[in-house]
Amino acid sequence: MDVVPWLAYSWAFLLALAVFIYVVLDGFDLGLGILYPFYPEKRDRDLLMNTVAPVWDGNETWLVLGGGGLFAAFPVAYAILMPALYVPIIAMLLALVFRGVAFEFRWRTQRWLKYWDAAFIGGSLIAAFSQGIALGAMVQGVEIDGRAYGGGWWDWLTPFTLLCGAAVVVGYALLGATWLIMKTEGPVQDRARKLAWTFGIGTVLCIAAVSVITPFLDSVYYSRWFEMPGLLIAAPVPVAVAVILLLLFRSLNVHHHEYRPFILSLILFALCFIGLGISIFPDLIPPDLTILAAATPYNSQIFMFVGALVLLPLILGYTAYAYWVFRGKTSPDEGYH
Amino acid sequence: MTVFLFEGFDAVMLARIQFAFTVAFHFIFPAFTIGLASYLAVLNGLYLKSGDTKFLNLFKFWVKIFAITFAMGVVSGITMAYQFGTNWSVFSDRAGPVIGPLMAYEVLTAFFLEAGFLGIMLFGRDRVGPGLHMAACVLVAFGTALSATWILSVNSWMHTPQGFEIAANGQFVPVDWLEIMFNPSFPYRLAHTLTAAYLTTAFIVGGVGAWHLLRDHDHDRVHQGTRTMFSMAMWMAAIVAPLQILLGDLHGLNTLEYQPQKVMAMEGHYESHPEGAPLYLFGIPNEEEQRLDYAIGIPKASSLILKHDLNAPLDGLDTIPMEERPPVAIVFWSFRIMVGIGFLMLFVGLWSLWARFRKRLFTDRWLHRAALVMAPSGLVAVLAGWVTTEVGRQPYTIWGLMRTSESASPLDAPAVGASLMAFVIVYFFVFGAGVFYILRLMAAGPHVYEEGLAEADGPIRTAGITPAQQTQAHEREEGGISRNRAPEIDTKTNEDGEG
Ligand code: HDD
Ligand code: HEM
Ligand code: HEM
Repeated sequence: MDVVPWLAYSWAFLLALAVFIYVVLDGFDLGLGILYPFYPEKRDRDLLMNTVAPVWDGNETWLVLGGGGLFAAFPVAYAILMPALYVPIIAMLLALVFRGVAFEFRWRTQRWLKYWDAAFIGGSLIAAFSQGIALGAMVQGVEIDGRAYGGGWWDWLTPFTLLCGAAVVVGYALLGATWLIMKTEGPVQDRARKLAWTFGIGTVLCIAAVSVITPFLDSVYYSRWFEMPGLLIAAPVPVAVAVILLLLFRSLNVHHHEYRPFILSLILFALCFIGLGISIFPDLIPPDLTILAAATPYNSQIFMFVGALVLLPLILGYTAYAYWVFRGKTSPDEGYH
Repeated sequence: MTVFLFEGFDAVMLARIQFAFTVAFHFIFPAFTIGLASYLAVLNGLYLKSGDTKFLNLFKFWVKIFAITFAMGVVSGITMAYQFGTNWSVFSDRAGPVIGPLMAYEVLTAFFLEAGFLGIMLFGRDRVGPGLHMAACVLVAFGTALSATWILSVNSWMHTPQGFEIAANGQFVPVDWLEIMFNPSFPYRLAHTLTAAYLTTAFIVGGVGAWHLLRDHDHDRVHQGTRTMFSMAMWMAAIVAPLQILLGDLHGLNTLEYQPQKVMAMEGHYESHPEGAPLYLFGIPNEEEQRLDYAIGIPKASSLILKHDLNAPLDGLDTIPMEERPPVAIVFWSFRIMVGIGFLMLFVGLWSLWARFRKRLFTDRWLHRAALVMAPSGLVAVLAGWVTTEVGRQPYTIWGLMRTSESASPLDAPAVGASLMAFVIVYFFVFGAGVFYILRLMAAGPHVYEEGLAEADGPIRTAGITPAQQTQAHEREEGGISRNRAPEIDTKTNEDGEG
């Protein structure tokens, strides 16, 4: 009944994948909430909502898998992280309550429409910001005492985590804008292109700032990035980021490129994610908890691993099907409402 | 400022209140959606089979209510997934290897299924065609039940743990997954809870039907669907309520075997009864003196129910060490509320059978009034049942092995207290609004326009027609003239002409 390294690393990879899928999928629907203020017209807002109404619940389920998967495969890490990130996590959950119900409630009232729209905006913003903070707090390191969190409940609050929070907000807005380029047409799409420019530039600045600071947070990060053999893996990442950004900005100006900006933004997120992985691996919670130390025994991990191997492709399959069903441009009048 | 309010409190107590509050709120929604998802699948099936638009009409009416309830279930559920870590981190660390994978299976098998097909169920009728749309309805219904199955397996394992061993680092590690999943209390809890969800839905649907029957009683314009839903709900009540009492009894017998203290608390048996124990109908549990004041009971009836023998001896809490006893008052009362409601449901079910037999199902106004009053009773019973179950297992989180006091996160009381307050405020506000919208939809009742006109003929896009009428409906409701149902009467004539 021992910890088996290949299994533990596979789990870590699966979890990272789940979190990544969450970030890009819920990223664009949270992004829509963040972009809502730029679309004050009711009809445009209906349209924005309708582009994600059939899929947002599935997108959010990846967050449940991220949390649940961490709980299942690395319970001690879950038990340390959640109290350490208590405030941002609770803020995120409450924010998700507001933005989740807004999808339904705003169709049920006219008098309160503006409040539920505000709930959608505020919920999306705070959820995105909290997620950024949580990520930053993890990168910056969590104090551990035995098998539990050893710090205070405001330790997560630093300039670096606030920067990460802002970075995620801006990045999600970029995803949202490129999603809209893909799913809408006419004036809504035109505005989305402009917004994508603005938030694209914002994203560049944020990526730059976070990348410059991270290696200096901890000497371990520095060595993972700038010493051999890490350098070999790490060096292509910034180059690739630069190339993708170039392509993205070019594509934003090409009128018949409707899918490409979104795909390029996804790749951009993937690269940032790989960069994060380079910093953290083989830790699960920097600086003191490694993936192996946090893993549960074979019996526990294999049970779910087998299931995940069978079920994840199935899930990806029917999720893709659901997206396929609702492919193409969305009309503002669509829906069962 | 608020933060300092909580300095004097015990963080564990606050965490317990927070968990109980958030899970109770969460459970209200699935208790309704599990049943409603199945009901919608049935309605859709009946429509496809018979082509009768009244079923489509009902489907469209209830699916709106379903969507709101489901959204609230989802957002409150996401909170639950993180509650274990935020407030019960020691428990999560130790029990994680056993219950974590089960909960992850719930995500992989159930939540994704529901979420993936919900969009198609709500929005996709015109896009995928009737067959696949029907499949989506069935898959969503299946997903809700599957979700309950996994989480109840987890919960039951915490009540009757087996199939594990305790590792050197204190973690519970799995040895036999089948034993873990199919632990002794699981089948009973699953059956009793799923049935509870169906009953809950039946009474809500029946209550809405009754309300419209009552309101439109003296007019000749009762929507056909209203009668249908009332009748369907009453069938459900008549059949399932007795079944539920039977299942509850079996569940209780199982509990007596594995968690006798809990049953002692439910029964108010502070003292042992060597010659047959009375069934207390009423009494005031006196925790200080550890006795039941003002007790009114039926002699020996408890022994009859629990042991099927009038004279069988039953132990009381006096045989249990003080620090192992659950709190009696809450358990005693919540149990009585649940059982009382169970028998009221049975009564309404039987009454409806009698009225049906006399051909008075749609005219017996007292039956309709009773059904209306009983509309929320399922929710109350479900919460009361859970309080019985969970408070009755105190002082343990994992029965006999891990105490609640050892389970909590190493957090300061102000952190837990502040988040508790935030949850209370947000939940009451947000879910209060949701319930208000649901009630308003229910009060508006099924409308003819919900048929979406062209829908009945096949997969023709109806967008552009429905929303306009939708807006009118809103204005009617918002303008406070919802009682003025004039616009419907002419459409109604149409429908009657067709039917
Ligand atoms: C509509 C809801 C509903 C109704 C009418 C009843 N119950 Fe119930 N009961 C539940 C809904 C519920 C529940 C919410 O689903 C619980 C909580 C945990 C569980 O397994 O089921 C529960 C728990 C529960 C328990 C606790 C078991 C344990 O914790 O170990 C017992 C002994 C009973 N029930 C017995 C009954 C009896 C004898 C009833 C008949 C009159 C009855 N219930 C009606
Ligand atoms: C099936 C899923 C459930 C699981 C896994 C679960 C688990 C837990 C846990 C871990 C606790 C905290 C530890 C403790 O105080 O014992 C708890 C307490 C509690 N739960 Fe549940 N629960 C579930 C469902 C519910 C539901 C649906 C309700 C609805 C009312 C409920 C009511 C309570 C209450 C009232 C407490 C507080 C008991 C006390 O501390 O005195 N539970 N449960
Ligand atoms: C502590 C216990 C619980 C946790 C951690 C939990 C977790 C969750 C989560 C994360 C969701 C959202 C899924 C999504 O994104 O689609 C959810 C929804 C749901 N849960 Fe729970 N849950 C708990 C208790 C229960 C109980 C006791 C039941 C039923 C017996 C239940 C049945 C459902 C169902 C049917 C849904 C689908 C949404 C709905 O129908 O409203 N859950 N739950």
